[in-house]
Amino acid sequence: MTKQHANWSPYDNNGGTCVAIAGSDYCVIAADTRMSTGYSILSRDYSKIHKLADKAVLSSSGFQADVKALQKVLKSRHLIYQHQHNKQMSCPAMAQLLSNTLYFKRFFPYYAFNVLGGLDEEGKGCVFTYDAVGSYERVGYGAQGSGSTLIMPFLDNQLKSPSPLLLPKQDSNTPLSEAEAVDLVKTVFASATERDIYTGDKLEIMILKADGIKTELMDLRKD
Amino acid sequence: MKLDTSGFETSMPVIGFGSNSEMLDGVSSVPSFDLPRTTDFDGFQKKSVEMVKPAKGTTTLAFIFKEGVMVAADSRASMGGYISSQSVKKIIEINPYMLGTMAGGAADCQFWHRNLGIKCRLHELANKRRISVSGASKLLANMLYSYRGMGLSVGTMIAGWDETGPGLYYVDNEGGRLKGDRFSVGSGSPYAYGVLDSGYKFDMSIEEASELARRSIYHATFRDGASGGVASVYHVGPQGWTKLSGDDVGELHYHYYPVAPATAEHVMEEAA
Repeated sequence: MTKQHANWSPYDNNGGTCVAIAGSDYCVIAADTRMSTGYSILSRDYSKIHKLADKAVLSSSGFQADVKALQKVLKSRHLIYQHQHNKQMSCPAMAQLLSNTLYFKRFFPYYAFNVLGGLDEEGKGCVFTYDAVGSYERVGYGAQGSGSTLIMPFLDNQLKSPSPLLLPKQDSNTPLSEAEAVDLVKTVFASATERDIYTGDKLEIMILKADGIKTELMDLRKD
Repeated sequence: MKLDTSGFETSMPVIGFGSNSEMLDGVSSVPSFDLPRTTDFDGFQKKSVEMVKPAKGTTTLAFIFKEGVMVAADSRASMGGYISSQSVKKIIEINPYMLGTMAGGAADCQFWHRNLGIKCRLHELANKRRISVSGASKLLANMLYSYRGMGLSVGTMIAGWDETGPGLYYVDNEGGRLKGDRFSVGSGSPYAYGVLDSGYKFDMSIEEASELARRSIYHATFRDGASGGVASVYHVGPQGWTKLSGDDVGELHYHYYPVAPATAEHVMEEAA
């Protein structure tokens, strides 16, 4: 008699795409607002972007229940940090905390594909991309989620910056202005919506600067 | 199954309250890995590895020569057939005189090398002297051995300079640990070995050795689809490590094999 395998999986994929671009003194984080399961849409208005600290904003696609749990853990760890150190966590510190939090569930992973955006200690934009178990690196721009394979090649074409591994060391942030970066993000999502069934409905854009966070909403195709 | 969670032990004092403080749960107690509650652990790991698709495919190499240890690696991370990054740091700076290379699961290598760096520093503080390369590699190997069979993917080389001179060890997720003079790890390693072994001499200068290392990585990226990006070369000497070069392999190709300009057969002349 053949062994019966479980038909129930603890994971599901709710789709969606997240993008972040780092500039000289700003960071743009954007995500669509469609949440789906299989071929059905659960919500057209679900935000995938979450502010963790003044200078660190997390955007995650994948299994939103795991994303929610991850956000809760990070939020409470940040609160403890604030009580102990009397200041907000910097973006690079939050990046390492996220990496460790993901790796602690190495044998039962958070099904979350994350992009962390913010401003570093010098006020320059920074973006960190992650895989599901916590490996991370600082980059000039990043995309994760169902539309990432459509978006990344285009961002490589427009924003490709010298690798941070080259010697002498070069800056990986884009020289684009904030308005140009926001425009690029809108273009990129409009294109991804055309060809990815899990991306669409609305686009939420958060622009992080030293003086605060601005949010913008743009309509995308709802089909 | 008792896992060795000493990797997570913190020497920070427990803050106030005691074990029933909800806010500090998971912070004050020694954290441990969450395990899925399933009867088929191996099957679950197999499925979750497919889902997670950890970054693999790489070329790293290291060799000992007269002037110390030369360490080199590419920078491509692939998830299945998709290149997830061309700028991964595969040479990890454990401390100012020891380097580790990354091959296999990116998160596994990053996490355990950071953990090793912490342990090496604690050793220094406890014993008032630097840890040897042999000791550091043993710490890592023992830690990985305790997670044997659980699906970690780590193929690393620990290179450093200690009191006995240059040291190079290969450590993998099976808990294996080998001392040696020349190693190459990853999907591109056969190609790298070909170039490295044929050009190797113990009495090389630093420039010759770094050129050999760079060339080996370049040739591996040329033939192996899972390797590419930037070829980084580091040197470990008695004063510690220094990064010698980081070159895009696309540019290295034209540097080694420049395209000869085609001779024009007809010359266009201005219409009189």
